[in-house]
Amino acid sequence: MRAEVLIKKFKAEYGDEIELLTEKNYTKLSNIEFQHKISTEKLSVAEFTGVLMPSHNDIITLKLKNGYNIGVKIDEKTKIVVVKKKEKKIGMLRNIKHLKGKPVISLISTGGTIASYVDYRTGAVHPALTAEELAFSVPELTEKYNVKAKVLFSILSEDMKSEYWRKLAKETASELNSGADAIIIPHGTDTMGYTSAALSFMLKNLTGPVILVGSQRSSDRPSSDASMNLLSAASLSESDIGEVVAVMHGETSDTYSLIHRGTRVRKMHSSRRDAFKSINEKPIGKIDENITFFQDYRKRNKGKTEVNDKIEEKVALIYFYPGLTPEFFDYAVKNNKGLVIAGTGLGHVSSDLIEIIRNAKIPIVMSSQCLNGRVNMNVYSTGRDLLNAGAIPGEDMLPETAFVKLMYVLGQTKKMEEIRKMMTENMVGEISSRTAID
Amino acid sequence: MNKEELKLNKYEKLGLKIGLEIHQQLDSSKLFCECPSKLVDEYDYEIVRGLRPTQSELGDVDRAAVEEAQKKLRFKYQVTENNCLVETDEEPPHEPNKNAVNAVLMFSKMVNAKIVDEIYFMRKIVIDGSNTSGFQRTALIAVDGKIDDVKIQTVCLEEDAARKISEENGFVVYRLDRLGIPLIEIATAPDIKTPEQAKEVAEKIGTMLRATKKVKRGIGTIRQDLNVSIKDGARVEIKGVQDLKSIPDVVEKEISRQLRLIEIKNKLNERKAKISHEIFDITMIFEKTECKIIKTMLEKNGKVLGIKLNGLSGLLGDGENRFGKELAGRVKAAGLKGLFHSDELPNFPASKTHKSMQLVNWEVCPNYGITENEVEEIRKNMKLDVNDAFVIVVEKDNIARNGLNIILSRAEECIKGVPEEVRRALPDNTTEYMRPMPGAARMYPETDIPPVRVKKEEIDKIKLPELFDEKIKRFVEAYKISFESAKQLVAQGYDEMFEGFVKKYEPKIVSRVFLNIIPEIEKEEKDVSRIDEKMLDEVFNALKNGRFAKEGLTAVLCSMLTSNIGVEEAIKNTGLGGLSEKEVESVIEKILEEKKEFVKEKGKNAFAPLMGLVMKKLRGKADGKIISSILKRKIKEMVSE
Ligand SMILES: [Zn+2]
Repeated sequence: MRAEVLIKKFKAEYGDEIELLTEKNYTKLSNIEFQHKISTEKLSVAEFTGVLMPSHNDIITLKLKNGYNIGVKIDEKTKIVVVKKKEKKIGMLRNIKHLKGKPVISLISTGGTIASYVDYRTGAVHPALTAEELAFSVPELTEKYNVKAKVLFSILSEDMKSEYWRKLAKETASELNSGADAIIIPHGTDTMGYTSAALSFMLKNLTGPVILVGSQRSSDRPSSDASMNLLSAASLSESDIGEVVAVMHGETSDTYSLIHRGTRVRKMHSSRRDAFKSINEKPIGKIDENITFFQDYRKRNKGKTEVNDKIEEKVALIYFYPGLTPEFFDYAVKNNKGLVIAGTGLGHVSSDLIEIIRNAKIPIVMSSQCLNGRVNMNVYSTGRDLLNAGAIPGEDMLPETAFVKLMYVLGQTKKMEEIRKMMTENMVGEISSRTAID
Repeated sequence: MNKEELKLNKYEKLGLKIGLEIHQQLDSSKLFCECPSKLVDEYDYEIVRGLRPTQSELGDVDRAAVEEAQKKLRFKYQVTENNCLVETDEEPPHEPNKNAVNAVLMFSKMVNAKIVDEIYFMRKIVIDGSNTSGFQRTALIAVDGKIDDVKIQTVCLEEDAARKISEENGFVVYRLDRLGIPLIEIATAPDIKTPEQAKEVAEKIGTMLRATKKVKRGIGTIRQDLNVSIKDGARVEIKGVQDLKSIPDVVEKEISRQLRLIEIKNKLNERKAKISHEIFDITMIFEKTECKIIKTMLEKNGKVLGIKLNGLSGLLGDGENRFGKELAGRVKAAGLKGLFHSDELPNFPASKTHKSMQLVNWEVCPNYGITENEVEEIRKNMKLDVNDAFVIVVEKDNIARNGLNIILSRAEECIKGVPEEVRRALPDNTTEYMRPMPGAARMYPETDIPPVRVKKEEIDKIKLPELFDEKIKRFVEAYKISFESAKQLVAQGYDEMFEGFVKKYEPKIVSRVFLNIIPEIEKEEKDVSRIDEKMLDEVFNALKNGRFAKEGLTAVLCSMLTSNIGVEEAIKNTGLGGLSEKEVESVIEKILEEKKEFVKEKGKNAFAPLMGLVMKKLRGKADGKIISSILKRKIKEMVSE
């Protein structure tokens, strides 16, 4: 017997308070008594009583009065008595007042949950998406800032695509141009670096900071890093920075957040709070009670924020590994308009691939799997051969940033020489000519 | 009616109901990671975290959660070698430890509880910082068991919390070594009717847990909480009762506390007492005070604030269960240092004054120079009636106000009677206020841990352990050892090894090794933890083959331990190499030859003195029984010659 069939048969719904009766319980009752029970709920013979939860296979999941969920195996003889229909969900809202003289923050959601609330009756976690819901979940936010919130789309971080970047860039510009002092974009952490790089290239003359923020511990937990990251991000609305940045925990303690440049930030740990690091440069700054900047940054622009969302989607990022076959590589070259390789060390791939690169009609950019450091293809003969074959050195760009940049550059020009020039020159802080010793 | 029945009758009249909640650490690595479940004395580094109560859709952020949040504390966590990213809340939990799950399933089966078909771990919100995540992971595994006529309501598997080390400058410091150790939690229904029965049931649960052989032993591995209520009183949860023996006394003391509160309630109702919520600023009365505490606080910009407790005069300060103590317990929990109340001011009896201002005893602030005049001024200022009491605190304005509001709400409760709350057991078996009773609904599913399906076949496969009483009885009957030895073997956990060895070796000898010889060696400060099953087997085997005599057991084992050598070498080193019967005979013959005259003269009576002589030469090299029988035979032969 499948749970959903049984639930349907007895006209129960998730969220209803039910009694679950197994054969050995109710056979004590006559049929009349059973009917009586359904109408009066007076006889207590239930195996279990609780709130019906989403169930699977042959298991009914119940949330008992003591708060615990348990799974109970059912069969053809199991019966359900609905004791109480579920109550309508009451959304938790809080009224927001306009705060005179306080910054306006526009919060654009993409599907990453930065705030949420829990329905302990059913155990369901609900995302806080509107400003009113946010005010309820993170009251400090609306006590200090004027917050506007909207859901642009609702996708998982790993489902992010370039068309979403475009939408996001346009929405960001439009919010800035209609008076927002800062844009906060709650984003899933897995692909945050790609989105921040894309926005960095697409948005020009920023009149305020565009801040991507996420959480490594989901926002329903008391220990979540979400609210601290969010409040740190919000504090940037009072600064003069006008760049695309990511704001995340600086260390495992809840002590400070770091501001990372959108083209330099990378998730370097699968689970830690301080997973996000600036690669090949210092973070822009640090936020605790104050904001401290560690290096130069672009200031807010006067006038209007502009968008250039022309990009080429057919670009691939390939991670080289020993034994990568020429056939596989050739397929990638033939089916794309541009290619970024995360090569070994200073920027190498097997010499088997060099001929394919030489014959390729598309730009092929070399970056390094080392992430830290710069490619240099003059040191070893393979590197020199690759350069001769036409590979473009990606300098000290992250492979992911080089990939996003190539999409953007191909949106601007098809001329190989221009592409080469644009890819090797710094555009928005993604390349530096000097690497500091730290 | 006999004495027992009289007692029962007394508690029945009181409407006494007791429930037990037992937490026992399980003997496995941690529940959700592979770190060892061991406490350590040192830590490697500290991390700092804060927790926020999660908002509930129902708006009812849990009462206890709110109170913790009001304290706005930050936490320092000491990370030890027995921690990984899981305990620091930096990595999702791994799958639950199978041994721990099996231990709980076994216990559930032992008490005949109904085991769920699928186990779900829940997140139980706890924001006092004792869990880095802000919740404790816990799963209900079985319900409705029974021990004698006490119902076992629930059997749960959960993770232990971090150890609280100290509180300093607004930080609560925890060590993470204990966090994540698996615990079985057993909750009985409030079916227990007398204080003594509570102890007995707790003991029984403890014995059953130890019988599973899957639990940790030693101090701090088991904790007992009590739920106590009486008629017209309330359910009060008492945490951390030190040991089983103190359970009855803790219950008795809670009964008197509740009775006292009921008495206060009745008096207040007689006086038609009502609580007004006005807070009076009476700092000006103390501008020239001689009271040192107040003086110092005023210098630090403190204020003297007071409240009026209508109708409470005379009820704050007298008797064993002073109501003043109840109030002080609450403000202590709120972070206030102390309070003065009218029943102890002025002229506080000298016998009750305390040595220092450390406020070791909270309920009493000694009257360091608050004058009768000042008290009179206070009474005038607050317009107090004869029946009215007052409480004053001296602190920074906001802290003082917060404390007084807490006192007011506690005073309001006392008109209603006994409040439901969680209290902490103290070493003298009294209790102090800890926090309000947590609301029920603050759990939601732990989505990082997949549900665990429990198949009926798996449950059927679990073999129930033999209970200790049964095992002791069986040992006495089957192996002919004394009751005391059997009891000790079981109590000290040697029962399994013992049963393994007695299949091949003499039970009395095996039992003597465990109960006498090993402790003897330990007394000589040798590291007996290195004695293992293999080593003992070698020794028993050599003994059985007559390689040495049982009198040499201590020496051989000792030698093996000290020199880290095998049994053969130890026999050689100790010079205890066993002699064959022939060799024994020849030694005896030689001695008899020397003492021939003596034997002829004394006849059979020569045995005892000669036995001593022979044993001097042969102790440990041959079995005493064999020696004596040979000696007897040889004397007989010589006499009859
Ligand atoms: Zn661990």
